[in-house]
Amino acid sequence: MSGSHLAQFNVATLRFPLDDPRLAEFVARLDPVNAAADGAPGFVWRLTEEGRPDATGLRPLGDDVIINFSVWEDREALWDFAYRSGHLELLRRRREWFQRHAEAHSVLWWIPAGHVPTVEEAAERLALLRAEGPSPRAFTFNSAYTAEEAAEAERSREPGAGAAGEPEKIAQPG
Amino acid sequence: MEDIEAIALLQDPVRRRLYEYVAARDHEIGRNEAAEAAGVGRTLAAFHLDKLVAAGLLETASRRLTGRSGPGAGRPAKLYRRSGAERGVSLPARDYRTAAGLLAEAAETAGLDDELRAAARRRGRALRAEPPPAGMEEVAALLAERGYEPRPDEDGTLRMRNCPFHALSERFPPLVCGMNLALLEGLLEDVPDVGVRMDPRPGHCCTVAVPSKNNQD
Repeated sequence: MSGSHLAQFNVATLRFPLDDPRLAEFVARLDPVNAAADGAPGFVWRLTEEGRPDATGLRPLGDDVIINFSVWEDREALWDFAYRSGHLELLRRRREWFQRHAEAHSVLWWIPAGHVPTVEEAAERLALLRAEGPSPRAFTFNSAYTAEEAAEAERSREPGAGAAGEPEKIAQPG
Repeated sequence: MEDIEAIALLQDPVRRRLYEYVAARDHEIGRNEAAEAAGVGRTLAAFHLDKLVAAGLLETASRRLTGRSGPGAGRPAKLYRRSGAERGVSLPARDYRTAAGLLAEAAETAGLDDELRAAARRRGRALRAEPPPAGMEEVAALLAERGYEPRPDEDGTLRMRNCPFHALSERFPPLVCGMNLALLEGLLEDVPDVGVRMDPRPGHCCTVAVPSKNNQD
């Protein structure tokens, strides 16, 4: 659906402070990888701290928890950047720099194109994924939903909708 | 169609040649080109190509080969490429794929990246060729044997068109791509002037082999 974009939010708990030499190789890769994201096909937006090139200074979920928050045109665009670019090397070395998360640390959800999502919204979606597992409102790459499925799920959440939405859909084949 | 029937189609030598020719190309192939490569007529090639499509071994795409469009451009040519579907047969029935997925899921959850990479590096060493490959061409042959479908770039970098661990690498990319890199590091450890590193690109394996470990960067 062209009217929707895919938001992704992930958290990482640092093993050491960001200025620790043991994180130097991670920190050195931030600018090039962020630049690659900005220039990647299908990239829409990423969160940065006011006046800074990235969001590593923002710690809304804990002093040692950095966040990564971006919006993409579709799943393939995000996939190709995350796993088929230089970004994969950062992920490959994640255990050197970040603690292992017992809970989900990465969430995807669809937003209306043009909407700039907030960190509060992102934290809610992550909490939803952790509490209820993957759903059209909060999912992962391995359990992805389409924008259509997400829209359908939103409609059925509206009071009085749900049952009324179904016959209408059936009445319009194709 | 069942896997065993689809694979059995390749017993026909013409079909096999057509399949191998199309599968080895980075772009879609027209009937004429495939016919010429297989040394058969266009009609016979079309018949066999469509059989391969019906079996899910190839898939079709339509594009005007001339680049023209609109009235007078003619009917779009039927083009063929390798299908993304995987076919396999094991007799008696075995299901290592499910087992591999479960093991990977457990390793991912437990954060066993280092342990997996150490095991992969050891396995790579155990699989080393004797004597070790001399030069990029022999490295390419060794990687081809292992299913990577290597292709040299203009600058001598060897890129792999196929990931032997494709389905797993899609589910657990950092874990499985790290495993793959370590496996290849072990496999090529004793090859002078050739190194491996990650350089993932869409549609390719995450790893490349590059000339000379010493002249990098």
